[in-house]
Amino acid sequence: MQIRVTVNGTVHDSDVEPRTLLVHYVREVLGLTGTNIGCDTSSCGACSLHLNGEAVKSCTVLAVQADGTDITTIEGMAAADGTMHPMQQAFMENHALQCGYCTPGMVMAATSLLQENPNPSEEEVRIGLEGNLCRCTGYHNIVQAVLAAAGGQ
Amino acid sequence: MIPAAFDYVRAESAEHAISLIGQHGEDAKFIAGGHSLLPMMKLRMAQPSVLVDIGRLADLSYIRDAGDHIAIGALTRHMDVETSSVLAEHVPLLAHAASHVGDPQVRHRGTIGGSIAHSDSASDLPATTLALGATYIAQGPNGTREIAAADFFQGFFTTSLEPDEMLTEIRVPKMNGAGWSFQKFNRRAQDWAIVGVAAWRRGNESGVGLVNMGSTPVLATSVASAISSGASVADAAELAAADADPQKDLNASVEYRVHLAKVLVRRALEESSK
Repeated sequence: MQIRVTVNGTVHDSDVEPRTLLVHYVREVLGLTGTNIGCDTSSCGACSLHLNGEAVKSCTVLAVQADGTDITTIEGMAAADGTMHPMQQAFMENHALQCGYCTPGMVMAATSLLQENPNPSEEEVRIGLEGNLCRCTGYHNIVQAVLAAAGGQ
Repeated sequence: MIPAAFDYVRAESAEHAISLIGQHGEDAKFIAGGHSLLPMMKLRMAQPSVLVDIGRLADLSYIRDAGDHIAIGALTRHMDVETSSVLAEHVPLLAHAASHVGDPQVRHRGTIGGSIAHSDSASDLPATTLALGATYIAQGPNGTREIAAADFFQGFFTTSLEPDEMLTEIRVPKMNGAGWSFQKFNRRAQDWAIVGVAAWRRGNESGVGLVNMGSTPVLATSVASAISSGASVADAAELAAADADPQKDLNASVEYRVHLAKVLVRRALEESSK
């Protein structure tokens, strides 16, 4: 089936099988491998990206369902000149990653969270990120980074 | 994990969706947000030959004050139920329960109608709307009909919807200031409830719905009867599992589920009685 999506500002026309998952589409068709596949069961959040500005788990969305949408992946977060998104900068400054596998999904979920709740409490950040697992259990610094990014906005 | 191959058709209206599902037969399934169906398809627990995508029916996404009840379009996403000011004022129990579904990413996609039509007894919204005495509106080739929530859930993942009917609206009576509580017991964030309780109370009137206490969401009518005849919260809560048929699984034995139901119903009624 023919779909048209805008990914990180670029329009893509693609012919996809209906069963193609969005995460496979962005990774394998578009080559945007920053979006990771973790559990593949909509639990871990590693595959989170923005669909029309909101974080979703791309392992649980069909590419055909995303037809006509505007998608942002981790590759689309930094500015064109390479300046990091404030959330990426906050993750770096707060050492909010260990192995880094969950990081793209964490950044996408965290930015979506701050759009809905620009000044969250620590508890609200923890609840807001409940859909993202860090198997290094590095949650403390991740939460600090999100609070720092919220404070800096 | 990639689902087995299927054909995909997109509905342009509710009428179109019903005509497509009729045309493609019993192996066809509606897909809205897909957050119940796609995980099952990836595990091959569901293998529809055709998906009828109703996810773009924007006119079925709404929350409206309809006098004595709030009318919620079936395609309304959990996030929109959770953050609705209309529901916060008139049916706060439902808005709160929606905030416990999955996680934010799931709530950005999953819909209230999808959750109810999927009819997983471990899901939060079927039992919550059951406790609230909701009415569901089903549309078929010959028009619409009302189905009381109490008549809707027939068995394990089975509802009284006909194969060519679509759930289009959920009508939830206004709570009119009743006390309420939502108790969800699980071991990990974002998990399904091992046992959950949705309850409201206004004087001797009450409604108690149980999550994951049987093959269907359960209306704990024995508890409500005890409350209406003046029983204490503690005594009424002892009847928590009287209408349930809990099963054992990896998380809990039958005995543990019964115990949890009694404790959680007591807590829920205490909170609702404040």
